[in-house]
Amino acid sequence: MRKAGFPGGVHPPDRKEASRDEAIRRAPVPEVLVVPMSQHLGAPCAPTVEVGEHVRRGQVVGAVDAMVSAPVHSPVDGEVTAIVRVMLASGVMAQAVEITPAADQDFGSFERIPDAESVAELVRAAGIVGLGGATFPAAVKLSPPKDMRIHTVILNGCECEPYLTCDHRLMLEQPQRVVKGAEIIREAVGASRAVIAVEDNKPDAASALGAVSGADVDVHVLPTHYPQGAEKQLILAVLGKEVPHGKLPAATGALVHNVGTAAAIADAVELRRPLMERVVTVTGKVASPANLLTLLGTPAQVLVDEAGGLTGDVGRLIAGGPMTGNGLADLSIPVIKGTSGIVALPAEETPPAVCGDQPCIRCSRCVSACPMYLQPYAIGIYANRSDWDGTERYKALDCIECGCCSYACPTNRPLVQLIRRAKHALMERGAKL
Amino acid sequence: MSEQETQTALPRLASSPHISDGESCTRIMLWVVAALTPVTLWSVWNMGMVAVGLLAACILSAVGTEWVWNRVAKHPQTITDGSALLTGLLLALALPPRTPLWIAVAGGIVSIGLAKMLFGGLGWNLFNPALVGRAFIAISWGGVLAEQKVPGGWFRGIDVLAPEGLDALTGATRLAIAGADMAAGGAYGFDAKAQYVPLLFMNLEGSLGEISGALLILGGFVLVARGIIDWRIPVSYIGTVAVLAWAFGVDPVFSVLAGGVLLGAFFMATDYVTSPMTPTGRLLFGCGCGLINIVARLFGPAPEATTWAILFMNGLVPLIDRLTLPRVFGWEGRRG
Repeated sequence: MRKAGFPGGVHPPDRKEASRDEAIRRAPVPEVLVVPMSQHLGAPCAPTVEVGEHVRRGQVVGAVDAMVSAPVHSPVDGEVTAIVRVMLASGVMAQAVEITPAADQDFGSFERIPDAESVAELVRAAGIVGLGGATFPAAVKLSPPKDMRIHTVILNGCECEPYLTCDHRLMLEQPQRVVKGAEIIREAVGASRAVIAVEDNKPDAASALGAVSGADVDVHVLPTHYPQGAEKQLILAVLGKEVPHGKLPAATGALVHNVGTAAAIADAVELRRPLMERVVTVTGKVASPANLLTLLGTPAQVLVDEAGGLTGDVGRLIAGGPMTGNGLADLSIPVIKGTSGIVALPAEETPPAVCGDQPCIRCSRCVSACPMYLQPYAIGIYANRSDWDGTERYKALDCIECGCCSYACPTNRPLVQLIRRAKHALMERGAKL
Repeated sequence: MSEQETQTALPRLASSPHISDGESCTRIMLWVVAALTPVTLWSVWNMGMVAVGLLAACILSAVGTEWVWNRVAKHPQTITDGSALLTGLLLALALPPRTPLWIAVAGGIVSIGLAKMLFGGLGWNLFNPALVGRAFIAISWGGVLAEQKVPGGWFRGIDVLAPEGLDALTGATRLAIAGADMAAGGAYGFDAKAQYVPLLFMNLEGSLGEISGALLILGGFVLVARGIIDWRIPVSYIGTVAVLAWAFGVDPVFSVLAGGVLLGAFFMATDYVTSPMTPTGRLLFGCGCGLINIVARLFGPAPEATTWAILFMNGLVPLIDRLTLPRVFGWEGRRG
């Protein structure tokens, strides 16, 4: 039998113990929600409400007519108090609708999305995007090109990022929602089977899913290995197939969705419920780490306060996991659809601040760690010289920015950061990903 | 926000990844030094102050050269990264114990100054610094490496030299004798099998580090097991030497144990900076080193086969890296 898994990658300590036994609970409703119009990859929405307008929980507050986009819904009953510009975790400035919630909230009731013919249309109307962090509009993935036949739906429950436990708790506490989502997606794209991939550091989640899954949904337990949750690596680990360069993952007959996305899709199809909240892991140097069901637009500060506040020596604040998350300058940024965690990284875990150019000692740890079989050291050297032709020859554009090279570099060269710069420069001069 | 607040806020803002595996250049270098410690201590135990003097001369001159270079060039000081220490140690282990100290110092200065700092410091040098230092000594004072004041036989400490016997003690190394035998009769004129045990545990001919093949192998195994070096280079290097020695009708075990092959294969050819980055490239590189080493030893005029083999292959590393680029994920062929 083929050896499961994928070449390359790294094994960072998973550090999930702090929050993995904390049941999901609802985060407090903040005084003001700042709901960004751009919570997804693709065209940003425009506000569809005006200042002073009363909004219902579930009402559309932002929309745009574009193929790759996702509408935004109000997570609360309340009043629109301003249209503002906010900085998102990525550092990008975006328009946002500021909503002051009403005093009483009934989380059980919401404005249902309109009925539609297909699952894809329901998912689009519900504003669902990839909740693993990629935030690619889920409806687009549910409408693969006609010439590509999907035979396997893979639900990504790897949660390979250290610290994060939001998907773990979701699979453990609400496995039936995840399995229902898998069945809906499988049927919608006409696949013959669905696989839920879970890493072996979450055996309880795997057995919870196994207990409620029917004959057409398999639970695959994979050895814990970063970046197994990356789409291409997951398809390779589960099906043994490489996504060809420049092709959609569908070219392998596989369709990958995050488990949280699948649960949201189940809600959209069964309850006509739009995406208004998500589970966010708040962990690291906080007094009591937690998995909080959070209304979209809640400032990160509210979550950190709910987790007892910051404690000790915080090296960095991160939205997402420590391998791919965004560093935060402060906690004012709002939680959006792709925010899987707020991690207060202990100072002792952050690499030393690199001053100036550290030498590459050609140890080749980055080469062994790269799950795309690139030569990160070489791209880094070319990028440092702004030799973009050199970075293109070494296929910088194939980099998935998983961060394994920088993680493994003994001289802490900012390799993935240099490669990002190269990709940016190449795309500016017209290269396509 | 005041300037001070801005500065304290800055380290928090960085792009991903935000963690690292904690390995550092210094730790890696010190692991290699640690792997060489048994053989180094064994040489000191058996040769006493002779070995201490040579080690001190090489290490101090190597580290000192780097320190002075950085001072003069106004570069950040880099001696704490451990690489100059390792270069000095390797140079000492690659020199015969009776090397005059001033020659050893010259070797240390050339190793770091010419072979490393002139190229841009750690990471930028094309050739192994310790071997460049040794090659420099070989070219400048050839007799130092070829003719050795040896104690006249196996298993006898250098310190038992009798002053009146000095003339008699000036002899050639076993490999030089072997080379002469080959030239004269086409075969070794002594029993190679009888040399296994001394070469493994107590060899006072040759250089400092050749005192014990067993301790070199032990150190190499530690580095491979720790993931510090890739098994491909020493295995392909030693394997090629053994197979070709056998093919040329020479005792393969003796060929591996004698001379600089073990020190070279485990500690010189595996130098990160001067060896290939790709797995295939490393196999090619090791085979090339082994091929040149054994051919130069059996048919070449000089006793510096290991040194020249590795230095020559060092020069081919950029080419090897380019020719052995692996296929990128999702691409059909290597060139895409």
